[in-house]
Amino acid sequence: MALARIELPHDARRGELVEVRIVIQHPMETGFRRAPQGERVPRNAIHSLVCRYRGAEVFRATLSTGIAANPFLRFFLRATQSGDLDFWWLDDDEVQGAAQTHLVVSP
Amino acid sequence: MRRRDFIGSLAALAVSPHVSTTDPLIWSFTRGMPVLPGRVTLEVPALAENGHSVAMTVRVDSPMTPSEHVRAVHLIAEKNPVRDMAVFYLGAQCPRAEVSSRIRLNGSQRIVAIAELSDGSFWSDAAYIEVREAACTDGG
Amino acid sequence: MKKYLVLAALIACTAQAQNHSGLEFASEEIRRLQASDAENPGMLWVDQGAKLFAQKCASCHVSMKGVATRYPAVEDGRIVTLEAKVRHKEAFAYESDELLALTAYIANQSRGMPIKVSPPAEKLDAGRKAYYQRRGQMNLACAHCHEQNWGKRLGAETLSQGQPNGYPAYRLEWQKMGSIERRIRACMFGLHAELPAYGSDAMLELELFLAARASGLPIETPAVRR
Repeated sequence: MALARIELPHDARRGELVEVRIVIQHPMETGFRRAPQGERVPRNAIHSLVCRYRGAEVFRATLSTGIAANPFLRFFLRATQSGDLDFWWLDDDEVQGAAQTHLVVSP
Repeated sequence: MRRRDFIGSLAALAVSPHVSTTDPLIWSFTRGMPVLPGRVTLEVPALAENGHSVAMTVRVDSPMTPSEHVRAVHLIAEKNPVRDMAVFYLGAQCPRAEVSSRIRLNGSQRIVAIAELSDGSFWSDAAYIEVREAACTDGG
Repeated sequence: MKKYLVLAALIACTAQAQNHSGLEFASEEIRRLQASDAENPGMLWVDQGAKLFAQKCASCHVSMKGVATRYPAVEDGRIVTLEAKVRHKEAFAYESDELLALTAYIANQSRGMPIKVSPPAEKLDAGRKAYYQRRGQMNLACAHCHEQNWGKRLGAETLSQGQPNGYPAYRLEWQKMGSIERRIRACMFGLHAELPAYGSDAMLELELFLAARASGLPIETPAVRR
């Protein structure tokens, strides 16, 4: 299970803009690199990522090898109520990853 | 190609200095619609120390309301072996059309950001990034 | 004797005053990355290390604060690195994510604290000799770049002093976290010299010398480097 680090503001108020930042541990292997013995390291990058806030999709991305290793994403959502933020992603090897955190929203 | 599409793409060429709308990659999501320069701001350093990781922020000037918002932002590299870098899907619920990430560049090149709006129009920005090579070979 | 001591102290002071972290030679982008725990990819390994520490080490060890400032250390006449210490219970492979995570976590617990490595003087002889020894096809010693020419340009890069205070570090060139031993090997590769094996005497001697040389520099783990 890939590690991820999600950063959210500590105090969000209802209706406010919330900046979401996530870093995911993943090599985003391009398929062009060569291992020390000379053989090609096969391509394996996260290609699909979805973020849901209280069950509703707030961000989706199709990624490719042009995104740097250990991918970083920063986007915005609007705070409504306290609830879970769920990230899900899938890579070329068909390995799924997930990360979750809780957004606290004061009225 | 039908005559209508052909004329469309000629017109598109005239107003799309950032991209060639007959480029199959661009065509795959614009279907020949003109890509107008503007409303999109691509923020990248002019000089990147290392091509493995370059900070990128893309912003689109949009009110982000149900009737007027950004559907998606496409990020394309000119010279990477795989040119499509990312597509960020935003939608009406997204309060601000701004996404940051870190990109990987195979040498100095231009990258283009194309935003698809809810009214079906396409807007773009482009930037050239000079990528430095390492002084010493690493070898792992 | 007193004059010698005063002179040695003066040199030591100025030498320490002249210690510069690799961060000072890094680009704005790298400095920005290192300063942000939210964006620094190295923190992924620190997080993993915290989890592993709780699972495997917390039953015996409580706080790791300050520990990393004292390594490499000399114990029973042998040079011992932080990696070697971590491997005492479970022999994680060198450069494995687990070993990197644990050493990154432990070093991160000492972030901001100055390196305090001062072994018996004779223990530094071998490492010092290695540091000033020409090697490889390039026929250069570490000192040629990192002592005589730091601050100057080599290609498009600015030479650093080759300080170890940020390691394990996230190196853009590796696209992942790596240890100081990996970095030393990478440097040797650049010289087209023979690469010392992980955990070998040659490696340990050099590491001890580098740490003693770096005394006073704050630990920055997880540093971001090019």
